[in-house]
Amino acid sequence: MAYAQTIEQIRERIAEHKRWDLVFAIVGVLSLIIGVLTFVALFLNMALEGVPRLSLDFFSNFPSRRPGQAGILSAWVGSMLVMLVTAVVAVPLGVGAGIYLEEYAPKNIVTDIIEINITNLAGVPSIVYGLLALGLFVYQFGFGQSILSAGLTLALLILPVVIVATRESIRSIPIGIREGAYALGATKWQVSKDHIIPYSMAGILTGVIIGMSRAIGETAPIITIGALTFIAFLPPAPFSAEPPYVSFEWLTSPFTVMPIQMFNWTSRPEAAFQVNAAAAGFVLVLMTLAMNGLAIYIRYRLRKNLKW
Amino acid sequence: MVAVMKNHVAEHNGREAAPAPVVKADARKLNFYYGEFHALKDLNMPVHEKQVTALIGPSGCGKSTFLRCFNRMHDLYPGNRYQGEIVLHPDNVNVLDPSVDPIEVRMRISMVFQKPNPFPKSIYENVAYGLRVRGETKTRVLNEKVQEALRSAALWDEAKDRLDKPAFNLSGGQQQRLCIARALATNPEILLFDEPTSALDPIATGAIEELIHDLKHKVTILIVTHNMQQAARVSDYTAYMYLGELIEFGVTDEIFIKPKKKQTEDYITGRFG
Amino acid sequence: MSAVASSVPSLLPGGANSKRLERRLTRHIKERVIESVLFLAALVSVLTTVGIMYVLIKESVVFFQHVSIVDFLTDTQWTPLFDDAHFGIMVLLSGTLTSSLVALAIAIPLGTIIAIYLSEFAPFVVREVAKPFLELLGGIPTIVYGYFALLFVSPILQTLIPGLPGFSLLAAGIVMGIMIIPYVSSIAEDAMRAVPMHLREGSYAMGATRFQTAIKVVVPAAFSGIASAYILGISRAVGETMILAVAAGMQPNLTFNPLEPAATITAYIVQVALGDLPHGSIGYQTIFAAGLTLMLLTLVFNILGHMLRKKFREAY
Repeated sequence: MAYAQTIEQIRERIAEHKRWDLVFAIVGVLSLIIGVLTFVALFLNMALEGVPRLSLDFFSNFPSRRPGQAGILSAWVGSMLVMLVTAVVAVPLGVGAGIYLEEYAPKNIVTDIIEINITNLAGVPSIVYGLLALGLFVYQFGFGQSILSAGLTLALLILPVVIVATRESIRSIPIGIREGAYALGATKWQVSKDHIIPYSMAGILTGVIIGMSRAIGETAPIITIGALTFIAFLPPAPFSAEPPYVSFEWLTSPFTVMPIQMFNWTSRPEAAFQVNAAAAGFVLVLMTLAMNGLAIYIRYRLRKNLKW
Repeated sequence: MVAVMKNHVAEHNGREAAPAPVVKADARKLNFYYGEFHALKDLNMPVHEKQVTALIGPSGCGKSTFLRCFNRMHDLYPGNRYQGEIVLHPDNVNVLDPSVDPIEVRMRISMVFQKPNPFPKSIYENVAYGLRVRGETKTRVLNEKVQEALRSAALWDEAKDRLDKPAFNLSGGQQQRLCIARALATNPEILLFDEPTSALDPIATGAIEELIHDLKHKVTILIVTHNMQQAARVSDYTAYMYLGELIEFGVTDEIFIKPKKKQTEDYITGRFG
Repeated sequence: MSAVASSVPSLLPGGANSKRLERRLTRHIKERVIESVLFLAALVSVLTTVGIMYVLIKESVVFFQHVSIVDFLTDTQWTPLFDDAHFGIMVLLSGTLTSSLVALAIAIPLGTIIAIYLSEFAPFVVREVAKPFLELLGGIPTIVYGYFALLFVSPILQTLIPGLPGFSLLAAGIVMGIMIIPYVSSIAEDAMRAVPMHLREGSYAMGATRFQTAIKVVVPAAFSGIASAYILGISRAVGETMILAVAAGMQPNLTFNPLEPAATITAYIVQVALGDLPHGSIGYQTIFAAGLTLMLLTLVFNILGHMLRKKFREAY
């Protein structure tokens, strides 16, 4: 039994090892600080450059060759309409797919393929979705370089996010709830509609918001389908005073969106346009921060109120 | 100053030869709180050197909580609080004292857990872990100690040809013996067992019990068990706990044959819990 | 379905009974229809993949009728829109790989350190604050990062490295790396936190410190999850578009020097899409060939990651 260490030796070792604890803790905090500082620098950079440029005119003017008069009207309206299409397509598809995979899907090869496929889609670069849309939506289906094409593209892009959030949320519902409902004679759909969907609503909502915040900042796939960078008109209004009152012409209208407007201004050499880019960027960052913040808040509340 | 490993007491072999055993550690007025919950109440109990002491009692009585005080495992989680002392002899350190480093305590007092928990490493590296943690790098020393520990844990013959294979390939009973070898490799002063056989089948359980019986010649053992027969088979001393209190402590034979307290008798005869 | 079929033969003539049966039948049909609709929703994701491969391969096939694969892989020039057209994908690939390496040299070490710190060291409060914060960092649009790289980071780098051009793979790569940190750290941390507590206890009970437990027990146990985090980081870096299109310049340049400007595969696609190339022209087809290359590149990394995960999957 020769492995003798005196208490002094042991203490020496411990002190030595604890120094590593300390060193690592410091390195860890420093790494976090790098992240925090980058965020602060980015935010301040946008704010200091861009905020002075923000005014009502900036939101109500079309882009212009004169940087002082240029605004983001067509960009933010375009973004809103594209988001509308994206939400209308992605939410039912994503939630439906999530419910199917959690509540209905049999254990077979088709289900496995769907599951593997969703995992892989989450890793496909966004610009590839743009190529898909260009080849399929724009030319093959003839939707053109329109709001509809853009909305569909972004819907496919965020579909995995919505599906994964839906599934996680559904999975956290205890099996007892389902059994309780089935024991009362409910069908599968009744269980899903009356119990599963309502109880997983907050989690689904979080996923949808995060997906939408990603979609609103996406630039590459929209450029790829050929969104224009200089649009000095608005799409036709969806509502009108005369019959038939509702029109879907806006779906096929050319458009631009916030990030593309920002990209356009960023790549101009004139400093005045770059100020516009900062202002548009600031608005964009605020929008995504607000959406992400909302999602984080909902999730936090959800975790606090979860009783099962 | 004090060489920890130095044997300073004459050998004690078996129960009959232990009329006045040396105290290795003793709990004095030990209280423990999980947040607001008062889990251990005024415990006083000696642990005798090179003897097996068993902690028994119904689930929730605090026996595992008590065991985990000895190597300060409770320090890993926030909100836990100790009061009182567990004094380790011969150097009279109160291991619960906040100024005492829990890591130092754990280097002197090893532990074997309820569920075998080998690390995701080879058999060799599992046993060598404690030595590496202490900064040992010499291959010769490591080889020697690993072999010695595996022999002590009665695993050498089964493991010697696959020391570099992942520990997960071993059976449950072998994994638990590996964990015992891991705990033994650093020559601890006390070895804590937290229900070491509750996840094992009867044959593996028998092997572990035999091992514990052999090990007491080398190391002081404190074992928590939910199985009274096991306590009767392996231990020299037994403590019966109930609701965080120590009801009775004594030589195992006496506890099982003529307990002093009614409560103990009820539990042992199966009229309770 | 089978339940409906088997109940039909036992149909007894009679009022109330047949009405109940009818109700049961409509209910069955309704259930089946709903299930089919939900299945179709799930199938959309598969159709997306099929669509992507269909479009990329269809256009690439036409492209490779004009350009030989050997030229595509070995030519050292990329000038598809010039009269003297060259189609050497290596040129774009070099930009993609160089910028990705710069980004990963930042994201992988920092992401791993942050993950270990948050999972094993950080007090509860720090973790609760830092995690949403990192999430916000990952949610900022990449075009904003592009602006930041070009107009904030690049000028700073230019004062540190004299002679650095305004567009560089270095500036774009650094910002891209910081953007990727949250992706790596969050998945790696999830993997580490999934390591059961009893493994940590085993290590602490041997007298190990936090750092020893983290490095020698937790990280090896969580390795397959950490590998997934790295693979996702690599996919992100290779597929990132806007930061590079804005800050790395769009000039095709066969280089592995991060101090130079160079176009990546993604930046090239953006550049072509910004112009007005007629549908069906060779220029139009190049972006699909480039996209296919990108897709195959990410596929290779994903398969590698899958194999790595399989090899190191731990049963705890």
